[in-house]
Amino acid sequence: MLRSSNGRQGDRAKLFSRRAIGLGAGKATLVAALAGRMYYLQVVESDRYKTLAEENRINIRLLPPPRGRLVDRFGVPLAINKQNFRVLIVREQTDNVDMTLDALGRIIDLTDRDRQRVVRELERKRGFVPVTVRENLSWDEMARIQVNAPDLPGVIIDEGLARAYPWGEDFAHVLGYVAAVSEDDLTGDPLLELPGFRIGKAGIEKEFDLALRGTGGTSQVEVNAVGRVIRELRREEGEPGAELPVTLDARLQRYTTEVLGDESASVVLMDVHTGEVLAMVSNPAYDPNAFNRGLSHAEWQALVGNDHAPLTNKPVGGQYAPGSTYKMVVALAALEAGVIKPENTVYCPGHMTLGNQRFHCWKRWGHGNVDLVEALAQSCDVYFYEIAKRVGIDRIAEMSHRFGLGRPVDVGLPHERSGLVPTVAWKRATLDQPWHKGETLVAGIGQGYVLTTPLQLATMTARLASGLAVKPVLTRHVMTKDGTLAPRPSPELEPLGIARQSMDIVRKGMHEVVNGARGTARSSALETEGVEMAGKTGTSQVRRITMSERQTGVLKNEELPWKYRDHALFVAYAPAENPRYACAVVVEHGGGGSTAAAPIAKKVMEKCVLLDPSRRHPSPEEMLTLPPENRPAPETAAVDGAQDGEAAVIVDDDGRTIPLPARPPAARNPRET
Amino acid sequence: MSEFLSPRLRRGDMTFGEKLWQVSWSLVFFISLIAGVGFLMLYSAANGAWDPWASRQMVRYAVGLGVMLVIAMIDVRQLMRWAYPIYGVVFVLLVGVEVRGSIGMGAQRWIDLGFFQLQPSELMKVALVLALARYFHGASLEDVGRPFYLVPPMLMVFAPAALVLKQPDLGTALMLIAGSGVIFFMAGVRLWKFGVVLGLAVAAVPIAWGFLRDYQKARVLTFLNPENDPLGTGYHILQSKIALGSGGVFGKGFLQGTQSHLNFLPERQTDFIFTMMAEEFGMAGGLVLLALYVVVLIYGFAIAIRSRHQFGRLVAIGITTTFFLYIFINIAMVMGLIPVVGVPLPLISYGGTAMLTLMIGFGCLMSVHVHRDVQMGRRGGYEEP
Repeated sequence: MLRSSNGRQGDRAKLFSRRAIGLGAGKATLVAALAGRMYYLQVVESDRYKTLAEENRINIRLLPPPRGRLVDRFGVPLAINKQNFRVLIVREQTDNVDMTLDALGRIIDLTDRDRQRVVRELERKRGFVPVTVRENLSWDEMARIQVNAPDLPGVIIDEGLARAYPWGEDFAHVLGYVAAVSEDDLTGDPLLELPGFRIGKAGIEKEFDLALRGTGGTSQVEVNAVGRVIRELRREEGEPGAELPVTLDARLQRYTTEVLGDESASVVLMDVHTGEVLAMVSNPAYDPNAFNRGLSHAEWQALVGNDHAPLTNKPVGGQYAPGSTYKMVVALAALEAGVIKPENTVYCPGHMTLGNQRFHCWKRWGHGNVDLVEALAQSCDVYFYEIAKRVGIDRIAEMSHRFGLGRPVDVGLPHERSGLVPTVAWKRATLDQPWHKGETLVAGIGQGYVLTTPLQLATMTARLASGLAVKPVLTRHVMTKDGTLAPRPSPELEPLGIARQSMDIVRKGMHEVVNGARGTARSSALETEGVEMAGKTGTSQVRRITMSERQTGVLKNEELPWKYRDHALFVAYAPAENPRYACAVVVEHGGGGSTAAAPIAKKVMEKCVLLDPSRRHPSPEEMLTLPPENRPAPETAAVDGAQDGEAAVIVDDDGRTIPLPARPPAARNPRET
Repeated sequence: MSEFLSPRLRRGDMTFGEKLWQVSWSLVFFISLIAGVGFLMLYSAANGAWDPWASRQMVRYAVGLGVMLVIAMIDVRQLMRWAYPIYGVVFVLLVGVEVRGSIGMGAQRWIDLGFFQLQPSELMKVALVLALARYFHGASLEDVGRPFYLVPPMLMVFAPAALVLKQPDLGTALMLIAGSGVIFFMAGVRLWKFGVVLGLAVAAVPIAWGFLRDYQKARVLTFLNPENDPLGTGYHILQSKIALGSGGVFGKGFLQGTQSHLNFLPERQTDFIFTMMAEEFGMAGGLVLLALYVVVLIYGFAIAIRSRHQFGRLVAIGITTTFFLYIFINIAMVMGLIPVVGVPLPLISYGGTAMLTLMIGFGCLMSVHVHRDVQMGRRGGYEEP
């Protein structure tokens, strides 16, 4: 390496050139590595990154469909989608949120709580996410906001649909209500996971939820890194929920509710041929709109704490001893078994002794000699003790089943109960005790173990009137598993298979109850000329009358606290000679069937016969019209829930692109500009 | 060959017109081509607008081009004479911003000149090349072979590198050290000596780790496993890979890069501009850009080899290497090959200082080219053979 000066210079140059080749090769290798990496990312792994990029960019939003309406048998709307105007505020469009809210507060009512909530939400959410200031604006309020729009930067009005029940409490238990989806309701249908989505929680709203719900549409939107919607890429409209007519007559339902007043009572009114339920009232009720809106704690406590049980759907969920309304079934069991003849009489001294037990008639001094018709008309207990004893509990049970008792009638409402028809085997199986003859006697007057729901009593009465195994229905449609509605197949009504003479004699007895000189409900005969009602009173004890009380004199119902008073029952059908309508009335702790229940049945039946909904379509003047504040919304509008939540704002329907911010907000390590 | 050159050329006394004629205009063309790609990408980064980036970058490039040509006209011997003073001034500036930063004016690493924000650490990249070239110009191979002879230039490297690292700017510090290493290598330092230094450096890694700021540690850890924390520190790398990978072979089209334009890609106008380009023009576009860079690098190598003096050779290779390091570190970073260190893509990323540094560097390169046949003595004077 030691050379002359010049040689050294030359060596340096040669070494430089040699090393330059090495350096160049090194750099070329590194450049090749870059190219290789590019190939790996953009060719080998490209599909994976394309998917990830699309996931980044495309957000699929569900468009909730409008919920199907519920209408009565004549098309009167019972559950509708009301236009819901909401006022929203967008933080990034206003310079000063407080000033804007102040200005808004001068135009519409804003509570302090609303304001605090809005300010809190605005702080939490991104600047372009609208926050709801108030819902359910009136037309007036909306108009005032629109007029003042220039002074309200960042304030927008948004229109959605909200479920509304224009008749308030009147249909609460039958129709049920919708409310926010709870954890248990989630089925995998993504609609249910939309914020603000409502689902049927009770009644028909619940049973037919799938059909009423419809199917959601989708909107594919492009979003940027902070979730702002840039444009809509594709939109698929959903299928609105189906409109469902129910068999109820809104006029009768409303009238019945009125008649019941403050009583804790159930009324079921139905067609004896088709089984269509015309009115089904559970009183007192609740406002289903409140459930949709969301109940306050106090409201909820008031509902739960009420001893009149406004939350229970009593016609299907209440079980009562049928009392004397059961006597028709017992009589038919005995007649069909041949253990009695209609003309046979039984002597009623006011009580009957079996073994060392004494069974009392409601009439202390007895009815004397009574035949079947008289026994029904006057509701003689001793007569039925006697025939029950003769026919035996199992044959009574068999006859009860033929009338739809002891099993759910399956009307298609949630929480329906089955009632109870006792048999020897039943007692053995559930209580592990032998059957006592005395219990047969008690069952013979519809007390003891026997339990029925008002709907079962109405069904029983309809079957008594028609002689057919009618089943109550609330809709003319059934829902298939996938949520589509199909016309209900018309049932092939089986005759009950009871001798005509037997039915006639029992019907005669029921006719006498209302129209006979000594009938227990003679004061509740229909006033309409030429139309008669047949029925049967019933009173069921809710407490045991002790021997000592009997000696000192049974306390009158009025003397007892409300919850110890007897239940009052009445079942009826009309017109008596050519039955079309049947009804059952149960007034909890109402006292006697003839005084508390029969007058209600009379009024309802009178109205029903007058309107005759099974045969006569009402004229337009007779139809109910909706109160004006319940103007139904056009079915095309968006539904609430679409706009709720941070990631659910579709800015434009026509796909207008929002300009991007001039500079991306991402911060980085300050290095240079 | 020198015997056949005219003494006038060897003396370097050329007229201004001759010098201008000697400028490698084809290299200027390729540099401008790359800058032009940059303008287009900045236009795209602003969603199809010249404002705010592309137009300003064009002004900066025009200024930079002027600076480059002016430096190209300066006699390379002048550059050598000024090499130490330039290094000294830049070093003082570097100490200045460091002192100012430490007395509570924030982590500001630049001096605001109004028009430009002057960042001494960037200027140091060129100043260090000049100073090292000056040092090794006068060194014979025996000199270079003596370990103690290498101590002063090593101090010249590590003093500014330490200051820059303290700022903290890991990327620039690494570039200073790597670029200097190449000059040492090209000056003739034996490879095993690099081995020793590298070994010492590796041994020092655990100690250095303690000096790293938390965010620097996070960046290294993120680099090692970016998918670990997709919305935190790994977000940038992951989003960059998604954008790049989704571009495929031919890209999504100009202005059609969804990831870039929807802001999923961070810093698309500066450090991650290559990603945006690769998303919009695919691998094809990326390779074309890479090829353009390689062309400029080849020019650099050619100028270095063609130079008749060691100073010119070392300056040319140093500038070329700095340019290469910008390219490699940036592209490797956005593709997740190395940690995110914050190095811009040369001539394309938006930013004034890097552009100025590069154009000054190219000016020096061009000066070496123009004065490639000048004879230079150990002290930079004319020396008759």
